[in-house]
Amino acid sequence: MTTAATVLSLRGATRRFGGLTAVDEIDFDVAEHEVMGLIGPNGSGKSTTLNLISGALAPSGGDIVLRGQSIGGLPAQAIARLGVARTFQLVRLLPSMTVLENVKAGAVFGHRRRWGWDADAHAMRMLERVGMARAARSRVGQLTYIDTKRVELARVLASDPRVLLLDEWLAGLNPTELQEGIALIRSLRDEGRTIILVEHVMDAIRSLCDRCVVMASGRKIAEGTPDAVLSDREVIRAYLGDDDA
Amino acid sequence: MDIVITGLVLGGTYALIAMGLNLQYGVARIMNLANGEILVAGAFAAFWFWTAAQLSPLLTIFLVAPVAYVVNWLIYVIILRPLVRRAKSRGQLEVDAILTTFGLGFVAVGLMLAVMGGDYFSYSYLSVPVMLFGEPYGLNRIVAFLAAVVICGALYLWLNRSRAGLAIRAIATAPASARLVGIDVPRLSARAFALGGAVTAVGGALISTFLTLDASTGVIFTLKALVIVIMGGVGDVRGTIVAALLLGLLETFVAVLIDPGLTLAAAYLLFVLILLFRPQGLFGRRTT
Amino acid sequence: MTATEWRDLGLALVVLVVAAGLPFFGTPYYLTLGVTIAMYAVLATSWALFSGPTHYISLATAAFFGLGTYVTAVGIDHLPYWLLLPIAGVIGAVVAGLVGLATLRLSGVYFVIFTLGLAEFIRQVITWAQNLMGTRGLYVLTDLGEREIYWQLLGLAALVFLGGWLIGRSRLGFALRIIGDDEEVARHSGIDTARAKVMLFMVPGAVASITGAIIAPRYVYIEPALAFAPILSFTVVIMALLGGTGRLWGPLVGVIPFTFLTEWVARWFPNQSTLVMGLAFLVIVFLLPKGFVGLIDGARARARGAFA
Ligand SMILES: Nc1ncnc2c1ncn2[C@@H]1O[C@H](COP(=O)(O)OP(=O)(O)OP(=O)(O)O)[C@@H](O)[C@H]1O
Ligand SMILES: [Mg+2]
Repeated sequence: MTTAATVLSLRGATRRFGGLTAVDEIDFDVAEHEVMGLIGPNGSGKSTTLNLISGALAPSGGDIVLRGQSIGGLPAQAIARLGVARTFQLVRLLPSMTVLENVKAGAVFGHRRRWGWDADAHAMRMLERVGMARAARSRVGQLTYIDTKRVELARVLASDPRVLLLDEWLAGLNPTELQEGIALIRSLRDEGRTIILVEHVMDAIRSLCDRCVVMASGRKIAEGTPDAVLSDREVIRAYLGDDDA
Repeated sequence: MDIVITGLVLGGTYALIAMGLNLQYGVARIMNLANGEILVAGAFAAFWFWTAAQLSPLLTIFLVAPVAYVVNWLIYVIILRPLVRRAKSRGQLEVDAILTTFGLGFVAVGLMLAVMGGDYFSYSYLSVPVMLFGEPYGLNRIVAFLAAVVICGALYLWLNRSRAGLAIRAIATAPASARLVGIDVPRLSARAFALGGAVTAVGGALISTFLTLDASTGVIFTLKALVIVIMGGVGDVRGTIVAALLLGLLETFVAVLIDPGLTLAAAYLLFVLILLFRPQGLFGRRTT
Repeated sequence: MTATEWRDLGLALVVLVVAAGLPFFGTPYYLTLGVTIAMYAVLATSWALFSGPTHYISLATAAFFGLGTYVTAVGIDHLPYWLLLPIAGVIGAVVAGLVGLATLRLSGVYFVIFTLGLAEFIRQVITWAQNLMGTRGLYVLTDLGEREIYWQLLGLAALVFLGGWLIGRSRLGFALRIIGDDEEVARHSGIDTARAKVMLFMVPGAVASITGAIIAPRYVYIEPALAFAPILSFTVVIMALLGGTGRLWGPLVGVIPFTFLTEWVARWFPNQSTLVMGLAFLVIVFLLPKGFVGLIDGARARARGAFA
């Protein structure tokens, strides 16, 4: 399908919670420099899929392969050190630290390891990148919602990830912020980063993604370009419910 | 054979104490590290009524239970609930609860020392031998065991049959969903905490008929109850009973075959093994 | 190093020199008090190095301390004294490492129980072993007096503060602050949280064990009930939290007043010390959640606000 090298593949990845199968034998590949959208109705298992990739949860079955190396079930820190970084659906910042220190956390222990002056300077560059340099010394408690999202993104970028996982990073933004947000992610895309984007905002999916995987009730129901999957009957049925199809 | 019976009888009383702790932890989500002091207070009440008025411990428990219920309810509502309210995270509540219940335990020990001094207290109640399978056992142990069985059974039936029991079990397994189906979680938490305290105090009254205690032995019973709860699984009545019987057996075996001074060490070793190999409890499923 | 760091270093040196002079100008009573304060300063500061950032309440101090006293008691007749202290440190660190490996994956309640039980466990096992050998305790006869013990403890305190300061500036220290804030974020940033916690837990393990080894000659006759007294663990927790674990010097601010308080209580209300400990726990939770350090920082911030 794509000629570029495959960076990440899921092979039958499965996760069960008691009787519930939140992720059910999912397969997909992500190529180098590709932006892949992971979409689906609420509760369809998107965040759980990201959790399996990032190592927040171990798969109950199947495998996840990063550049030929199996990472399914490795601890999160090991996966982070291989260059996979993520944001969280509910933003997670470090409350006792300044904005700069929050970002530095990503620079110090990630897959490139910096320390001291170098780490500070690098963190500062990342803050400039997301437009937050002015707030470097603030406490995170004082930030607005979008700013917390920016700081979290800066922390993730500070580790210079090879694969970036964004979980509804654009959710909850107002229209202007949304435009800024889309522009920011586009700039990451233009840098050639490999990104998996979990999103509900259709405009963003259309303008950012090369390809989409659609999930419903833990299963993959479609895969293809955004336009193709968004007009797929089964996808429409999954989003709207059976009656409307 | 006599080791087995003595062990099971001891374990039966342990079950009662651990049930109390399990109710408190499973429902109110507070690991009450002052649990052992509640036990000692119950034991002290039994001792006092016996020496002062020759009142049988089997009658004293009908006094101890309501008093302990009210005291524990007040402790929960006045001291612990504010902590639950102010906690920003589960971890913070955990630390606060640990420190507070330790504090309460120390205060309780301090008060008991002030009232009755540091002496051991023991009394002789029904300490006549009865013959079982050709071996003599202290009647007090057997009676305490039977009382524990009756109370455990009643508690089990109540939790599994009554509406309130059902609600309590719902909170223990899924607090968030319990709230959604209209269960008044804060009110029931307070009641479960109070009930747990009452059960433990009754256990203390029963245990005082055959064990010698002093004001500061509480912490040892806290440790034992914790080992049982962790081994049996939080919120699991059946697991608690099995774990308590196992601990009773183990302690008796160690005391008889090796050295009575090593019973706590044996309980601790059991706890370590459980933590290493079955942190979810004997019957629990691995969740996360 | 920044100007404030030089200032703090200078201040610390002055305090150290003044404290070292105590045996020359103080009465024996003050020297005894000095030993107590130095001992608790060492224990509480090293305790807070681990428990401050991780929020794990360790009650293992008595276990490590007791091991240290036994290292001296057993080794004093066979090895030179100066070798015993590092041996005690290594033993404490190894035991702490094992405890950490077994428990630090689990929730905080388990850790508390595990550490509380540890001292009791070792105490019972040693008592039993001594019974088998037909003894109840061991004599530690040295010519080390109160003064020498005091100076050794001061030296250890200086080491602990230096170590704490270095850890605070290191990647390990930064990692621990992140873990304290959000363990999930820490793991996803590439921090091996379990390893960081285990490594740090070895510090109070080693320090408490060395402290026990230093104090042992003071007891002359060592028995398990004395060496592994659980009250020591609780006292250290109270002192550290009362002072505040947010800063390196925080525990010290708790150690000094609480030592005087317990002295006073022991003198006038000898039966109420348990009650006082209980109340101290409640005061910490309800009135001083950040310790005296939190009060001081709050007052400073308010003063700054008033002037700005
Ligand atoms: N830790 C967990 N324990 C139990 N069930 C879980 C857990 N995490 C997720 N689930 C369940 O798995 C299913 C999938 O959840 P997931 O969060 O992956 O959905 P999602 O696609 O990200 O939804 P949303 O768009 O609302 O974020 C849901 O039914 C959810 O309740
Ligand atoms: Mg989601």
